[in-house]
Amino acid sequence: MAPLQEIRAAANLPGVSKSPSCSGAPPRRVALFVTCLVDLFRPSVGFAAVKLLEEAGCSVEVPPLQVCCGQPAYNSGDRVTTRDIARQVIDAFESYDAVVAPSGSCGAMLSHHYPGLFDDDPAMKARAERLAGRSYELISFLVDVLGVTRVTARYAGVATYHDSCSGLRELGVKRQPRRLLGSVAGLRMSEMTSPEVCCGFGGTFCVKYPDISNAMVSEKTADIAATGADTLLAGDLGCLMNMAGKLQRDGSAVRVRHIAEVLADMGDNASIGEPVRGTG
Amino acid sequence: MQSTAHDFKGNVGAALADPNLQDSLGKLKVGFSERRRQAAERLPEFEALRDRARDIKNHALANLDFYLEEFERKVTALGGQVHWAPTAEDARRIIGELCRSIGARTVAKSKSMVAEEIALNDHLEALGIAPIETDLGEYIIQLRREPPSHIIAPAVHLTKDQVADTFLEHHGKLGFTKRLTERNDLVAEARHILRQKFLDADVGLTGANFLVAETGSSMLITNEGNADLSNTLPRMHIVLASIEKVIPTLEDAAVLLRVLARSATGQESSSYTTLNTGPKRAGDLDGPEQYHVVILDNGRSSVLGTEMQDMLRCIRCGACMNHCPVYGAIGGHAYGWVYPGPIGAVLTPQLVGLEEASNLPNASTFCGRCESVCPVRIPLPSLMRHWREREFERHLTPKAVRQGLALWGFLARRPRLYRRMTALANRLLGLFGRANGRYGSLPLAGGWTRFRDFPAPEPGGTFHAQWQRRRQ
Amino acid sequence: MDNRTSVARAQILNGIRRALRRDALSGQARQEAEARLAQPPRGPAVARANLQHADKVALFCQWAEANNATVARVAPDQVTGEVVSYLARNNLPAQAVVAPGADLDLFDWGSQTLLSLRKGRAEGSDPVSITGAFAGIAETGTLVMASGPDHPVTLNLLPDTHVVVLRESDIVGGYEDVWGRLRARYGKDGMPRTVIAITGPSRTGDIEQTIELGAHGPRRMHILVVRE
Repeated sequence: MAPLQEIRAAANLPGVSKSPSCSGAPPRRVALFVTCLVDLFRPSVGFAAVKLLEEAGCSVEVPPLQVCCGQPAYNSGDRVTTRDIARQVIDAFESYDAVVAPSGSCGAMLSHHYPGLFDDDPAMKARAERLAGRSYELISFLVDVLGVTRVTARYAGVATYHDSCSGLRELGVKRQPRRLLGSVAGLRMSEMTSPEVCCGFGGTFCVKYPDISNAMVSEKTADIAATGADTLLAGDLGCLMNMAGKLQRDGSAVRVRHIAEVLADMGDNASIGEPVRGTG
Repeated sequence: MQSTAHDFKGNVGAALADPNLQDSLGKLKVGFSERRRQAAERLPEFEALRDRARDIKNHALANLDFYLEEFERKVTALGGQVHWAPTAEDARRIIGELCRSIGARTVAKSKSMVAEEIALNDHLEALGIAPIETDLGEYIIQLRREPPSHIIAPAVHLTKDQVADTFLEHHGKLGFTKRLTERNDLVAEARHILRQKFLDADVGLTGANFLVAETGSSMLITNEGNADLSNTLPRMHIVLASIEKVIPTLEDAAVLLRVLARSATGQESSSYTTLNTGPKRAGDLDGPEQYHVVILDNGRSSVLGTEMQDMLRCIRCGACMNHCPVYGAIGGHAYGWVYPGPIGAVLTPQLVGLEEASNLPNASTFCGRCESVCPVRIPLPSLMRHWREREFERHLTPKAVRQGLALWGFLARRPRLYRRMTALANRLLGLFGRANGRYGSLPLAGGWTRFRDFPAPEPGGTFHAQWQRRRQ
Repeated sequence: MDNRTSVARAQILNGIRRALRRDALSGQARQEAEARLAQPPRGPAVARANLQHADKVALFCQWAEANNATVARVAPDQVTGEVVSYLARNNLPAQAVVAPGADLDLFDWGSQTLLSLRKGRAEGSDPVSITGAFAGIAETGTLVMASGPDHPVTLNLLPDTHVVVLRESDIVGGYEDVWGRLRARYGKDGMPRTVIAITGPSRTGDIEQTIELGAHGPRRMHILVVRE
């Protein structure tokens, strides 16, 4: 795939690295695409992403003029607003060697959907394609591009991993998270029967069609419960908030976290939707 | 059939509250997808065949007029007749006239989604002609006067017990007064009753999976053999097919056959794959005297050359609905018209109008599972998104959604203002929700909190606020 | 063609051309489409059936059985005995309607004095039919039946039990090989009225997605694969 080679050349990235720390290699300038949900609800996911990227030898920057990837408008059919936002993202991120998002759906928006927004604007399309070629979802970037094979982290518990749809089907994120989770000390994995079935979040879908969304997430939480896991992990905060909200409404004790928190050894804070200790 | 797609949300409510339906859907979700996966794994060339299947259909669509004319030429040369129906009404009229021309009283029908699309049964009944559905699933729902809920398994929404009750109610007057409890007994009873109807029928009406231009053949695929009885026993065989069913050659058919059954039911091959070419020949001991093909447009040609053209590749395998978590939650009837599931969400707005069916392309999470299994690689989520774009352009999007989007769009285009607003939102949500970690209810978020709690933000402010503090 | 038909025809074809932003297909595009019809290109080859002939025969038998047919591999002089024995094993009447073609006359039916045979098309009351087959497809264990005076279609469909006599030499790899044989036998413009590819007995999954055999066509299919 051309983009991968391009980024390796541009960023002078090694093809494979045996260890998460790439000491000696020049730092690559990676821009973190925080995502609007992480910014507002779960900043620790952003810091976990920074930590993982820095440990893998990247120099991480957070372009200040970032808001959202534009999916709410894109998936609602508002192409004009989507293009405005995409332009804004391209302006803010195109000067970096790589753009990394702790989300498969935002990552796929940049890498798979931006170019198609500018079919009638060749100059902008070229810029969108350039950005697309260097945009990644966090975990697959760590494994496939940086060659990370293991992390130094500990998490006591049994976890199950939900494959969020965009990451799985648009970006091929499947074995990478499981590979890195396999190196977390103290962690045992227990797979769901259908980890690849949508949780029913779908952005605005979950509030536009709450009954259907509820049926879907109910099936998902039943699958989660059947694994016996005490922790649910995934790579997209939207899905995680949806599943956490349902689990907690049903009185489940399963803790819900973004995978980056566990991989970055930051899995000891309050989980999603859990009261913060000391304030309750 | 009359569309109820405009009442999608009402239909959904009914579907979710129907325990028999939910029971049936539970079986469907596991069965079809697992069998498809195994069938695909058994054939190493499966992905290459999908690519080729896509290319064949694209080629046929790009040359559609040419192949339709070639098809017509071949059919005519072998003594058949092709009829052209620009609209559903034209197709109904043509078929009605053909039936009347031989004084037909009954029509044995083999499952045809296009016949459902043009509401053929109602038309025949109005003419005093009895249409008899012969596919077992179609027969069951015809007795119950229900529409199909799935394009290859029309009665998939029903349990065995419901079928048993239906047969008892309708077969009693034919002397079958025992309520059956075993599937094979139910199948045998239907076979017995339908066999006589086949033998008595004046006209056999079938759909077509493909029309092969090279030979002038219509290709039909079934497991039951009902299409074959329909095209062999009655005096007249009518094939009803839409324009996009035409493909160039038998070799192309071989490729499509290899992906169709595997995608549909996970079978290596369906039981019967039949090429019909013209009427009974000199010396033949059976077969129809007359062979007619009715080719229906019904708005399809206007999709050619547009961003929506890919929908015309569909070969009606049903894999998209078998793998759709939305279909799996609500079943086929909730979609309100003939074609349910992801392909229905794309076809229905085209065939009955976007105003009527605007909910369908919206009721998707874009999870992409449909596209990942489609044998002809139709980008179903993209097509649904295109419908949403047209809806937005034509100001059909609900007002609340438009206003919310406009406000969000205003802020999202102004990163600094957006930052201040999110900091405020973060503070407010944190203030009231942090003690519990979540909200049980929240203003403006009723759609969310009706079924789930809403997680409160972590303490410490937004990521960007914290990041700025750390860098200073 | 009456006026209404030709108007409707033009409406559809012109609608297609308008949508595709061109006139009737011409020039190179037309030549390519014509060439495709004259010399149909094959799709991706399926390795499964790319075998020596003996292995194709074995593959055919394997898939036919996987699709709920039963198979007996016999020498020519065992054909009629196997038919009688099959009917007896399954408690079926020794009575069958037979395809009128000359193919089946090669076998010594006269030696089976208990077997009552009638040549012709099938009626609803016939319990058993015996036919030949135009070809067998190894890839899926499928039988191909070409209709004609020697092979009425009803024989494939109406009786509860269908006994098929298939010569080993008629077993081919995939559908494409069958198409080649059809063109060779019938010419490019002379397809038989009906070509049915049959894979196992009739079945339905329409009640709770559970397969039941014998929906409308035969409940049982027995294939005699004849060595040559």
